[in-house]
Amino acid sequence: MKKLLLLLGLLPGLIAVAQTTFPVNGVADPRSGSFALTNATIVKDPSTTIQNATLVIREGKIVSVGSGNIPPDAVVIDCKGKYIYPSLIDIYSDYGIAQRTVDLAFDYGRPQQFNSATKGAYNWNQAIKSEVNAADLFSTDDAKAQPLREMGFGTVLVHEKDGIARGTGLVATLSAKKENLAIIKERAAAFYSFKKGSSKQSYPTSMMGAVALLRQNYLDAQWYKTRPPKEGVNKTLEAWNALQSLPQIFETTDKWSGLRADGIGDEFGVQYIIKGGGDEYQRIREVAATKAPYIVSLNFPDAQKVEDPADARFIAWSDLAHWELAPTNPAAFEKAKIPFALTAADLKDTKAFWPNLRKAIQNGLSERAALEALTKTPASLLNIADKVGSLEPGYLANFLVTTGNLFAEKTSILENWIQGERYDINAKNSTELKGQYALAITEGNTVTQYQLEVKSNTLATVKTKEALTTKFSVDGSLVSISFSLKPTTKVIGTGQKDSVFENRQAGELVRLSGVNYGSSWQGVGANERGAPVSWVATLTTAAAVTKDSSRQTFVKPEAQMVYPFSIYGTAGLPQQETILIKNATVWTNEAGGRQEQTDVLVKAGKIAQVGKSLSAAGARVIDGTGKHLTPGIIDEHSHIATFSINEGAQSVTSEVRIGDNLNPDDINIYRQLSGGVTTSQILHGSANTIGGQSQLIKLRWGADAEGLKFKGADPFIKFALGENVKRTASTLGNNRYPDTRMGVYEVLNDAFQRAREYEKAKRSGDKTVRRDLELDALVEILDRKRFITCHSYVQSEILGLINVAEKYGFKVNTFTHILEGYKVADRIKQHGANVSTFSDWWAYKNEVKDAIPYNAALMHQLGLNVCINSDDAEMARRLNQEAAKTIRYGGVSEEDAFKMVTLNPAKALHIDNRVGSIKAGKDADLVLWSDNPLSIYARALYTLVDGAVYFDRQKDSGNQEHRAAERNRLIQKMLSAAKGGAPVVPAKPTAQVVLHCEDHEQADGVLAADAFEF
Amino acid sequence: MKSLAYVILWFLALPAMAQDDVYPAKKQEGVLVIRNGIIHTGTGQVIPQGVIVIKDGKIQSVGAPAATIPGATVVDAAGKHIYPGLILASTDLGLREIMSGVRGSNDFYELGDYNPDVRSIVAYNTDSRIINTLRSNGILLANIVPSGSLLTGSSSVVQLDAWTWEDALYKADNGMFLNLPMLLKSPRSGASDPVKEGIKRIEALKAFLQEAKAYAGSTAQKEVNLKFEALRPLFAKKQKLFVNANISRQILMAIDIAKTFDIRVVIVGGSDSYLLANLLRQNNIPVILNAIHALPTLEDDDVDQPFKTPALLQKAGVLFALNDDESSSRYRNLSFFAGTAAAYGLSKEEALQAITLNAARILGIDDRTGSLEAGKDANIVIAAGDLLDMKESAVTEAYIQGRKIDLNNKHKQLYDRYRHRYQLQ
Repeated sequence: MKKLLLLLGLLPGLIAVAQTTFPVNGVADPRSGSFALTNATIVKDPSTTIQNATLVIREGKIVSVGSGNIPPDAVVIDCKGKYIYPSLIDIYSDYGIAQRTVDLAFDYGRPQQFNSATKGAYNWNQAIKSEVNAADLFSTDDAKAQPLREMGFGTVLVHEKDGIARGTGLVATLSAKKENLAIIKERAAAFYSFKKGSSKQSYPTSMMGAVALLRQNYLDAQWYKTRPPKEGVNKTLEAWNALQSLPQIFETTDKWSGLRADGIGDEFGVQYIIKGGGDEYQRIREVAATKAPYIVSLNFPDAQKVEDPADARFIAWSDLAHWELAPTNPAAFEKAKIPFALTAADLKDTKAFWPNLRKAIQNGLSERAALEALTKTPASLLNIADKVGSLEPGYLANFLVTTGNLFAEKTSILENWIQGERYDINAKNSTELKGQYALAITEGNTVTQYQLEVKSNTLATVKTKEALTTKFSVDGSLVSISFSLKPTTKVIGTGQKDSVFENRQAGELVRLSGVNYGSSWQGVGANERGAPVSWVATLTTAAAVTKDSSRQTFVKPEAQMVYPFSIYGTAGLPQQETILIKNATVWTNEAGGRQEQTDVLVKAGKIAQVGKSLSAAGARVIDGTGKHLTPGIIDEHSHIATFSINEGAQSVTSEVRIGDNLNPDDINIYRQLSGGVTTSQILHGSANTIGGQSQLIKLRWGADAEGLKFKGADPFIKFALGENVKRTASTLGNNRYPDTRMGVYEVLNDAFQRAREYEKAKRSGDKTVRRDLELDALVEILDRKRFITCHSYVQSEILGLINVAEKYGFKVNTFTHILEGYKVADRIKQHGANVSTFSDWWAYKNEVKDAIPYNAALMHQLGLNVCINSDDAEMARRLNQEAAKTIRYGGVSEEDAFKMVTLNPAKALHIDNRVGSIKAGKDADLVLWSDNPLSIYARALYTLVDGAVYFDRQKDSGNQEHRAAERNRLIQKMLSAAKGGAPVVPAKPTAQVVLHCEDHEQADGVLAADAFEF
Repeated sequence: MKSLAYVILWFLALPAMAQDDVYPAKKQEGVLVIRNGIIHTGTGQVIPQGVIVIKDGKIQSVGAPAATIPGATVVDAAGKHIYPGLILASTDLGLREIMSGVRGSNDFYELGDYNPDVRSIVAYNTDSRIINTLRSNGILLANIVPSGSLLTGSSSVVQLDAWTWEDALYKADNGMFLNLPMLLKSPRSGASDPVKEGIKRIEALKAFLQEAKAYAGSTAQKEVNLKFEALRPLFAKKQKLFVNANISRQILMAIDIAKTFDIRVVIVGGSDSYLLANLLRQNNIPVILNAIHALPTLEDDDVDQPFKTPALLQKAGVLFALNDDESSSRYRNLSFFAGTAAAYGLSKEEALQAITLNAARILGIDDRTGSLEAGKDANIVIAAGDLLDMKESAVTEAYIQGRKIDLNNKHKQLYDRYRHRYQLQ
């Protein structure tokens, strides 16, 4: 077929026999579609422009570009002064596919849906929909195609934007032809996201669950190739395997999720094309390191309504600055040399496409890169660069005819040709109507003269001596003018209201309609009395083209790139320094105990020396006189710095990993540095018996997700028992097993029995064993390579888990919360577990009605390794005080009390060789306090991580003015942008996401939101 | 440290007992003298080695050492710190035993928007296990507040050593409580506009109050309206309107209500009150600051904002009290909130005043308590060290109306029980 068409193209004049299966109702009307557009400036591709050139097309394809012969049967169109470009490509469109309504809200209190609701031999999980082919769903839709054509698009990649694995997308043109002809590639790409979309199946409830689900599906699909009899037919996995050879496109919503997606790809040898979220410029170095091509949105945030300070107060700098910097995002990609395509997807109004593209150009994107991102790059990403994306013989005749440089403000797209068919976009409208016209209205023999001042195609004023209220519009060649003879002082403009006239002007309106013949228009109408009139308007003075108004008001962004993207971020990461802290009271947590008037030298991230009268050339000296130096606080139980915390859909979710969804932008990292915290164990929540894998981090504020991780530490996992696990607080009823502590015990038995059988099967050399991420983690526990932190409260459940552990031959590493630990402390000690508890919490639910603040002291007296943890983003800032409560309740010594938030958690986490005490060779994670750190009056003055100062109280308060000024600058800029006519949306308070165990209410500010994002 | 050991020994010597054996103390009669302690009067004054003389439950004198009084019971508080009894200014103590998952233990939240007639005191449970854990941290009085959706009813102040709520009652119906809707779009509000909806509800509330005020202005009612009757004291300025409000718009609304109805208003919550401090002072509106151990409201706010809000209010001359509504530790950390406020700009005595005399003023009980001054009830706490600092704050004795109260509680008893199990005693 291709050859045939080519042949036809080469032999103009032959009769094309266009055979189709579709019968014709009437007489056949075959056409050759032969056109020659002459004398044009043709931009063949972003790097080739030909002047005075001719474009010849036939049968919907390009025959020649440049100086080719004009075929005798061609319709010749003189394009003198016009430009021709390849029409644009959008590879993230939803054109032609009915998109499902998406229910994002997941209600934690509602009973769960455990299985897929999709009928048929498909996947267990409803959000994995590889079997969906957009080609089966696609239908052309001229009403939707038109606005896209008007923007200049000719080709789109469409898919059903629903689910985590979304099946395939197709490439179609925006032609009005039947689907059969509009589709140019049926299976063009495969799509993925982290969003469940319309699936109401509970799993996954979390970001990390979505990651785990994808990873498991890669493994399952591989395994399915062996046709495992127990699986039967799985059309989803079959489809999954079949589409792996296509370009793989992953939709993400922000810079971090792009990196996260790329990580999954790396694991399974897939390089995704990533649809970005628009804030990639904030981490462009990391984005470039993915080597992924990106699809970059032109959806920039609108200015918010910030006149009212009560509204402006609640918008964080990160949102204000993102408003200013988002238009620099495409330029950031260009500068970082990351291949990228631009998309109009996400635009609420397609009309914003060109203004936003120009905004991106103002903000540094080159026109050439813009054109590339809309033509060549998307075409080559989809392997259709032999059909579209540039103007070459044999390619589809998809091109634009414009009045000039495509990117110039005053340029209009006149025609958009798609598959050789012409769609007039702006042919008549593009005629510059601006200017002075003489308007003569004739009634019978009476001629009345007016002046008509045309400002644009929608705005004009009829004048006598005074300006008259006028409504004016030009639609193609049709002109409509109505005006009132009664003058008004009102501002004239069509505005949003349908009428510009006031009531009192009724009875004074003259209405005219006519046709635009270029410099003279004429038509008929009715005067104020309703009498018929005829009229003529003749151009007297053409108006000079005024400059783009947005260009005039463009102010270069001033917001500095800081890491992380927070008003508390810094331009560069804190650097390791040689620091000598002199003359402090040093809490060593070592044999020497608390040492008065002692010096500590920090070098290259480590503690170099501890002693008296130290000196070091070139060291920054911090006077510690009267102050206390301690190891950094280690929070054994934290939920900060992540995007999700609970994968609550199943009772066993050991496959999910907190480390998959760290959020380095969480302000609580910085806030906790201000409270002397340097290391935190980020735990899965307590929504299920076997939760997810933990992530130990150091509070390196400004680092990326990988940079936060505490490298080389033993892996941990979170378990939970009791009320949360059996969902006691579920208001609408629990249907997830278990509902009792008896059931919890069996969930544990079952999990480890399954793990044991799995391991046995694997060891036997059985190659058909499906690799199961959930069981892999449990096997690691059995092998004592992964360690359990178990949320637990009452004595029965504590003994229960110890029994299971002893039965299966592993040890529970840490019981956390453990508020009834004091009742069975001897048994815990016998088992050999660590304990990590709250200082004084109780009575927040039934299972803590026997919690006592003497718990830590009593367990300490029995010789357990006791930690005090936070589980609370606020309290973590005061863990030193929480430790001090063990003095108040139970008389623990000061040094032992402070160890409960430093050395003891280091031991429990197996990192006491690195942190937890002050000793030469250990990591320089240090805090200098204004006072005894166990005193309520103590404040952290400096917090060091790896020998770099991450918190400096004096600097922090010194920056207060700068922070206020920077906020004010952006608010002022937003106000003036709004005044300049930029679209404005109501103020949107910035939500603070604070995650916790689902365990208690915490004081976290009025804007806190739970982040159960699925 | 010595005194701490003393505390431990003191209760180790007691036989194991359940809370049911912690009896409210008998009425104090005769003269009680507390000598040698460091007296923090609650009015900003510190007397390094003072004497407090108590007679029949009232403080007779506070001051320098005086001649011994024959027949008096003498308590030697050498080296110890003496404070007015702490006051929990707004709490659901005694109304809500277990915070979640046990509906039957809840009596704090009534249905309906307009419940001015609802009275917290009638549901106050003097046998709540939480009460005794507060006493041993120096909290001797509490303002019991009904929750709900809008106008939630009247609070009453109780003293924390009583057999029944009638015994406990310290001041009845001192406050009327109002929750203002959150006048801010939240990530959860979606398409709805909470500001508009909130203003609408507030307008409806004002209409209700207008009718109530008209009703209160006359006695010739055709039919008794219990809701309106309950609001008479408010319009007669015998009661204050306590408005739960945190952000500027809410606080401005509260000020507007105060002016419109010529009533006395107190802000409760007040996380953003520091932004309107001058306005609050000009309008004479006090603030009860809830949990200052809170995260800043906005990520851009100063990291230590809630800690230093008290100092900003103090500087602006706003009358304020600190309150502990932290539900996980159940209200016992009140003195430590004051300690934090002192670490971030208040003087220690100002911080103390914020949990004693200021609270008493706001609750309308400063004629009887809140400070160690002659004529007031002998509500007194004695601590081994600085009460505001957890590392030395152990309370050794406490007196309510001169009665020496039992400082034992469920927690100490369970501690004791398991030390027994492990033969640690």
